[in-house]
Amino acid sequence: MSANLTAFAYLIASVLFIMALRGLSSPETARTGNLYGMAGMAIAVITTVVDPAVVSYVWILVALLIGGSVGTIIALRIKMTDMPELVAAFHSLVGLAAVMVAAAAYYNPEAYGITDASGTLKLASRIEMALGVVIGAITFSGSIIAFGKLKGIMSGNPIVFAGQHAVNAIIGLIILGLIVMFSMDPSPLYFWLMTLIAFGIGFLLIIPIGGADMPVIVSMLNSYSGWAAAGIGFTLENTALIITGALVGSSGAILSYIMCKAMNRSFISVILGGFGGDSAGASATRSDRPVKAGSADDAAFIMKNASSVVIVPGYGLAVAQAQHSVREMADRLKEHGVKVRYAIHPVAGRMPGHMNVLLAEANVPYEEALELEEINSDFASTDVSFVIGANDVTNPSARTDPQSPIAGMPILDVDKSATVLFVKRSLSPGYAGIDNDLFYADNTMMLFADAKQMVDEIVQAL
Amino acid sequence: MEIATTVDPFIFRLSIFVLAIFVGYYVVWSVTPALHTPLMSVTNAISSVIIVGALIAAGPADISLSKVMGFIAIMLAAVNIFGGFAVTQRMLAMYKKKK
Repeated sequence: MSANLTAFAYLIASVLFIMALRGLSSPETARTGNLYGMAGMAIAVITTVVDPAVVSYVWILVALLIGGSVGTIIALRIKMTDMPELVAAFHSLVGLAAVMVAAAAYYNPEAYGITDASGTLKLASRIEMALGVVIGAITFSGSIIAFGKLKGIMSGNPIVFAGQHAVNAIIGLIILGLIVMFSMDPSPLYFWLMTLIAFGIGFLLIIPIGGADMPVIVSMLNSYSGWAAAGIGFTLENTALIITGALVGSSGAILSYIMCKAMNRSFISVILGGFGGDSAGASATRSDRPVKAGSADDAAFIMKNASSVVIVPGYGLAVAQAQHSVREMADRLKEHGVKVRYAIHPVAGRMPGHMNVLLAEANVPYEEALELEEINSDFASTDVSFVIGANDVTNPSARTDPQSPIAGMPILDVDKSATVLFVKRSLSPGYAGIDNDLFYADNTMMLFADAKQMVDEIVQAL
Repeated sequence: MEIATTVDPFIFRLSIFVLAIFVGYYVVWSVTPALHTPLMSVTNAISSVIIVGALIAAGPADISLSKVMGFIAIMLAAVNIFGGFAVTQRMLAMYKKKK
């Protein structure tokens, strides 16, 4: 294949990737979009393999077979609640692959045609390679920490120590220095030193970030994996990689922005860390105000006689594995002529869009799951809000109390509905560590129980 | 005015890169929030197009350090490509319309 034909095939692959992302604008077009993505990948791989310099087909097939089967088996077995872990693990693989490819190109630059007249690595390629390998290494080790925190292998609590930011800043400067030195003298010492230190800074950057902020971090690492691919694309002078890297990089950046906005946190403060551990809020002041508690029968009676019910799910729903019970409850209510919808806060799950996947898995039609902007104005005309496994995202103090740590955070205005049913084990605060005024409101009835048990009892009573 | 006869190919690649960022920006904002998780898994799969670099490294007949690295990188990227597309397909199959 001539160089022009190859470049043209890569262009087609890139266009197909753009169409794959474009398909995700609606669930109807998304499946076709995914097929475009697969086609694009097949074109990119085949175009590369038919290159006359590529002759070692057995090696390639064996590697594809091993990797492909492992990937497929994992993809078919993974539980939907574990998606954030899976995505973090996949990010780490992209990062490591970027490092390996950079190293391969470093040891055999002739294969990629990136040498100058004297047979050494070109200056521009050195800089691009250094950036690609550093970002790749940070993506790899950072994603491993994110995986560990999401999986619960390591504590979700922020790990902080004195002078942390100063240490990180110094290491960052050392890496910059090494990139400059590698550009001037591409010796293996500088190459591996900067790779190793970049691995180290990846760990250090993510350990101070608490479990609650993981949705931002997973999105950010998604973005990094894209920039790493683009860096390698520049090194190898490959347009398909450059374009795809840019697409993925901007996608991850946008998702990080959306998550930060939904949590009312600035990106900088998330990155600096120290917020939102597992036991956050242990010191929160509890008030002794009276609450109204109810039973499953009460809840069933109230919802059966309502004309509209909005279910507000949070991650606690998934922890209790109550999605299917909730859907069953919704089905029963619909039989009674009640209009049932779901209100999804952007951070309801543990990664962007996670709650929508969990509800879809439980056979909830996607038209019934509405985003915050779509449903918020409807709460005032809603008879019953059924909050299950969520807390901070319904706290009205975000709107009313400028002193509150969550002041200004976009919340679901469930307090405006006629009645609020709140399923919760106790009155303990959420991640933000603050009391929720909603518990004590006149129109709120607390249903103290495990989420799944309570919903099952309500289904029985309906 | 004389037209410059050669432009550094790097400038071409940089132009493509910058334009692709803009394309990505507008396309991703049009993705419905309900599909943000599949968006992440599919971007994961397509960023593994880095496999093309690994294929070139593993391609030569002679065994070298570079070839071994390429082999490992193909495996890693293949996990992502197959896993990423498969899990995306699995999720998207769950999104159903009202009966």
